[in-house]
Amino acid sequence: MSNPTLPPMPSERLLDLRDVQVGFATRDGRVAAVNSVTYHVDRGEVLGIVGESGSGKSVTVRAIMRLLAKNAVEGAGGSIRFNPDGDRELLLSAEHKNSRLMREIRGGRIGMIFQEPMTALSPVHTVGTQIMRTVMLHRKCGRTEARARAVELLGKVQLPNPEEMVDRYPHQMSGGMRQRAMIALALCCDPVLLIADEPTTALDVTTEAQILDLLKSLQDELGMAIIFITHNFGVVADIADRVAVMYLGRIVETGSVDDIFYAPKHPYTQALLQSIPRLGQARVRRLKTIRGSVPDPYNVPKGCPFHTRCDFADAALCGTELPPRKAFAGDQSALCHFAGELREAGQ
Amino acid sequence: MLHFVVRRVLWAIPVLVVVSFISFVIIQLPPGDYVTAMVAEMRNNGEFVTAVQEEEIRTALGLNDPLLVQYVRWISAILLHGDFGQSFHWNAPVADLIWGRLGITLILSTLSLVFTWLIAIPVGVYSAQRQYSFLDYLFTVFGFLGKGIPDFLLALVLMWVGFAWLNMDVGGLMSPQYEGQPLSVAKALNVLGHIWIPVVVLATGGAAGLIRVMRANMLDELGKPYVETAYAQGLSERQVVWGYPVRVALNPFISTVGWALPALFSGDVITAVVLNLPTTGPLLLQSLKMQDMYLAGGFILILSVFTVIGTLLSDILLAWSDPRIRYA
Repeated sequence: MSNPTLPPMPSERLLDLRDVQVGFATRDGRVAAVNSVTYHVDRGEVLGIVGESGSGKSVTVRAIMRLLAKNAVEGAGGSIRFNPDGDRELLLSAEHKNSRLMREIRGGRIGMIFQEPMTALSPVHTVGTQIMRTVMLHRKCGRTEARARAVELLGKVQLPNPEEMVDRYPHQMSGGMRQRAMIALALCCDPVLLIADEPTTALDVTTEAQILDLLKSLQDELGMAIIFITHNFGVVADIADRVAVMYLGRIVETGSVDDIFYAPKHPYTQALLQSIPRLGQARVRRLKTIRGSVPDPYNVPKGCPFHTRCDFADAALCGTELPPRKAFAGDQSALCHFAGELREAGQ
Repeated sequence: MLHFVVRRVLWAIPVLVVVSFISFVIIQLPPGDYVTAMVAEMRNNGEFVTAVQEEEIRTALGLNDPLLVQYVRWISAILLHGDFGQSFHWNAPVADLIWGRLGITLILSTLSLVFTWLIAIPVGVYSAQRQYSFLDYLFTVFGFLGKGIPDFLLALVLMWVGFAWLNMDVGGLMSPQYEGQPLSVAKALNVLGHIWIPVVVLATGGAAGLIRVMRANMLDELGKPYVETAYAQGLSERQVVWGYPVRVALNPFISTVGWALPALFSGDVITAVVLNLPTTGPLLLQSLKMQDMYLAGGFILILSVFTVIGTLLSDILLAWSDPRIRYA
């Protein structure tokens, strides 16, 4: 299955994306949503992906799941490789949405949690039925066994009275309870990778903290890798081992959590961190903001996509040339002409 | 669930009482009554009837009693003896007239309803799944044609096709030689040879509209996050579509299935007239034209009762299929 032109994945590598490109054919022409995205996830680690709306973070994981919309067009050069058991590289980017392999992987090896717990569960089926269907599909077991598994899972996500909850409908639960049920559904076949697409965005902060704690304890217990998508840096600091920052369909910076928070190299990452209020920081009248707004995806600026909003941009260089990816110690890299030369403003 | 059903059934009782009373008032509304018509007929036959005699007959028949008394007499006769009164046009008990035609009406209407759904649901689902595909456009064209062409015109065309090209005798429900014959294999086959035209006519008209409804419902549902969740569980496209969004998209169908019950009973009147079908529809039309008050009243009562029962059935079915209604 592995592509001969790609170097083999190291054994600790679970998922490897290279040069993934996704565009959408719309009435107004082609929109590039994901440009040459490269990242990887190792076994058992938590990768946080941070970015604004429209930065392509959700589209990228849908490319992994092969659940892109019908009008999506993928670039030919990209590859998505997945090594669930450590002994076979599966080239997911070559798979069709409904291929047998993808159907085995989805739900079986990769679980996914969605943003809207209110609508992401079927309103006319009980939570138990929805979990049991997945368990029966992948484990080829009977109803009794699947039901026992559903009850076990609901207990694992710390829902009270799992025997009772299994027969509840989503509308009878609160948002936090539904998101717990959603997590139980995603984890029902012990996936090696859990993709969480803004799982706490629709929840209030107290519930958010509980769900994050739950995800962390489940990860300790089950050891699966997590791709955690969010637009909230605080959440990333809480849960992630490594971070990738996305802007306009590109990964502008990636590195360990500590490197990203204490030594950000990309002006966008720096600006984002400065826009977060922190306890104990010097009193300022206003928080720093990033000037301008995200450019229209139909009309991405030439050169560095961030140069129109960057405080350090050199119009001659940044406005014409796409910056190279500069690597730093500890697996950190940034997509900026001046990375490493700027004063590090993260502190 | 049981609580819900019991509550709904109990609510249906006062509704039925009110509905039957209104039906009775409607029968009384046209000027003149049974006696007026009977006396006029006797006078036509040369008999001499004075106004006093006319009034005596009226009193003897109880037509001078207060409305409420007459209503109680009428409704208790129906409830206790199944006696709907006398049709003076046909000079036969209303009950016999209606029940005689009810069987064939129900068969015909049920068949066409089943065909309507068999066509509309899969086509609607396919059209939504493959929106803007060639077949979607084709179904859309046929849908609008089916909706636009009046049923009776389609009936005439099919009759002509069957008569001129297929060399069949069309119209009615069976060939004349089988009328009044006991049921036999040959008769059943003959009926089948006739019944396809009304079934096709009624099913196309109904299906055309329902395809659009189903397609629109499915388009709404297919975009919902729970569909993506279902895909993310590894279910195949068929399992996802038929297991989740179709279940939800069917709810509007289920909530209107009860209306099919009165429609089954009255049938499509114009089509039935054109095709000369012995169903209840033409009988209702005629009873209204002739001011055949007990016949018309019986019809109105049965239609109303069917509407109430149909709505009750719909409510129960919907509660059964959609938990959000059951627990609301």
